[in-house]
Amino acid sequence: MHTTLRIRRFNPEHDHPSSYYQEYDLEIDPSDSVLDGLIKIRETIDDSLTLRCSCRGAICGSCGMRINGHATLACKTKMISMASEGETIQVEPMNNMPVIKDLVTDMAPFWAKIRQIQPWLQPQGLPPTAEYTASPESMNHLSGVMSCIMCGVCVSDCTVLEVDKTFVGPAALAKAYRFVADPRDAATSQRLNFLNQPSGMWDCTRCMECIQVCPKGVGPMDRIMALRAKGLAKKVPSTCGSRHAEVFTDIIKHKGILDEPMLAIRTFGLKNIGRLLAMIPMVLQSLLKGKVPPLGPLHRPIPGIQHIQRLFKQVRITR
Amino acid sequence: MKYAFFPGCVSKGACPELYQSVMQVYPRLGIELAEMTTASCTGAGVLQEKDPRLGDALNARTFALAEQQGLPIMTICSTCQGVMSQANHRLTTRPHYLQEMNDLLREEGLTYRGTTTIKHFLWILLEDVGEETLRQHITRPLSGLRAAPFYGCYIQRPTDALEFDRNPDRGKSLERIIEILGAEVVDFPGKTRCCGFPILTINEKNSLAMVATHTRDAQSHGADIMVTPCPLCHLNLDGMQTNAARQEQTSIDLPILHLPQLLGLAMGLDIKSLGLNRNLISPKSALSKIGVGL
Ligand code: SF4
Ligand code: SF4
Ligand code: SF4
Ligand code: SF4
Ligand code: FES
Repeated sequence: MHTTLRIRRFNPEHDHPSSYYQEYDLEIDPSDSVLDGLIKIRETIDDSLTLRCSCRGAICGSCGMRINGHATLACKTKMISMASEGETIQVEPMNNMPVIKDLVTDMAPFWAKIRQIQPWLQPQGLPPTAEYTASPESMNHLSGVMSCIMCGVCVSDCTVLEVDKTFVGPAALAKAYRFVADPRDAATSQRLNFLNQPSGMWDCTRCMECIQVCPKGVGPMDRIMALRAKGLAKKVPSTCGSRHAEVFTDIIKHKGILDEPMLAIRTFGLKNIGRLLAMIPMVLQSLLKGKVPPLGPLHRPIPGIQHIQRLFKQVRITR
Repeated sequence: MKYAFFPGCVSKGACPELYQSVMQVYPRLGIELAEMTTASCTGAGVLQEKDPRLGDALNARTFALAEQQGLPIMTICSTCQGVMSQANHRLTTRPHYLQEMNDLLREEGLTYRGTTTIKHFLWILLEDVGEETLRQHITRPLSGLRAAPFYGCYIQRPTDALEFDRNPDRGKSLERIIEILGAEVVDFPGKTRCCGFPILTINEKNSLAMVATHTRDAQSHGADIMVTPCPLCHLNLDGMQTNAARQEQTSIDLPILHLPQLLGLAMGLDIKSLGLNRNLISPKSALSKIGVGL
């Protein structure tokens, strides 16, 4: 099979370093991974091409890079799944982290964030005589999130990190869940309170990029949502994020349908009256444009609301 | 082609022009709709932060109601589509969980057997109405208009719940529609990224930065308008664009059209009936390119 790899290059040792694309034509076996292709280029065409890999079996997490616009492990990605005969495959370093050279990124900021969430077990009381034990069910529940290989692929494609480098990010938040949900850990409240702060669990947009790209099925965003649920259940101090979830739930419970004005008023509350006032120009502009909902700005409950309310009650009982 | 129509809260609330424009176009395409007036909100992913089982119970109820009518569901919101697709995926792939949810529905006399399909209007246009029928209804081809697609996250990810494996063209559906309507597709990096709406109340700065990035990018790639199948994206990209431009100290002026508004334009429908006068960023100069006044 014939293909072209279009690779983003960057050499910090150039006089005026800037990134550029370079194309390599390649004869490959259809079963080759993109990593095989890159290694072939390095060994037979251009030994200056820099990349990082080790296990070649999707275990070590070192070959994360962007292939055709999305981050993934190069060793786990077959060429044939990316392009047909004669098509070009674009290979770039991961996003949201500094590039050291060509396809190699600096993982230091990634590890700093993992360290931020204190990724170790913090039990309380006297140590047991043998081991700290946990039920098989609780470990089973954690096995998915424990399969994270720290490749940084989710961090590369995170929407929030693109605009805000302070966000803790999907990998560290998933790792935080691994400890928050561990029955042997006693620091749950401190952990949740830490994540309740700005740049923490409420800053995620729920865009699902991290779920889509994670090569290990960790589902970081699902863990973030589970952290939020745990935070709400533990009554973390109220923030715009937690109030938004609480108020939204309350509105659906009473009306079955969302009331945007009510959501905004109650989310900001009197504590954030400035934010509410700041919305007035937009609201006025909407009114001027005749952007008024057919049923008026505040909805009546939907027909059959009693069934919705019963479900709310029952789900709580059977939890 | 009859569907149980799930309009979603936003087309009944802050984006009335979306509901209005869908009402204009669907009857002309041979589609019949039975609006689901007793179905609740999908939870939009927010209710699920409080309790994921609650969201699934509400959605299972909606699916059971549609199943009772023997109709597939039609949505007009990327978020509704995504949240319902994910719920349906969980329910239909985990028999025990479906049983658990059915236990909750029993008192209302409902059971969900797992047969309901959920389709966004965007997919219906291509997969059910079909390109040929669409072309027959185009009386005002949008030639000369450069349109940037903006999907919104929930109609692109996760691909397994959205059945992209069985319908691989769904990932390019918006581009396809733009082409069929005669406009030119403007490709730009942000088309499948997040508009930032979900964090508007939580981290306004980040949210507005996302609005500015995507609208500015699309405009600098030459777009006259942006089109979206998601009213929540519309709320942020249209409603917050002015604030976003101010925050990022730049100037942006990109009209954001709902998918049925763009379709209605190509079908020669009247501007007011499509609610185009209600969009906050005026599409006036873009419309003049296809000889339409506002
Ligand atoms: S879902 Fe949240 S954490 Fe995951 S990529 Fe999107 S913003 Fe980042
Ligand atoms: S969560 Fe997935 S993508 Fe993120 S670092 Fe872990 S294995 Fe990699
Ligand atoms: S747009 Fe959001 S809030 Fe409205 S119906 Fe859809 S999911 Fe519910
Ligand atoms: S782009 Fe943002 S608002 Fe639109 S569907 Fe995605 S998350 Fe929701
Ligand atoms: S080389 Fe180890 S994960 Fe790819």
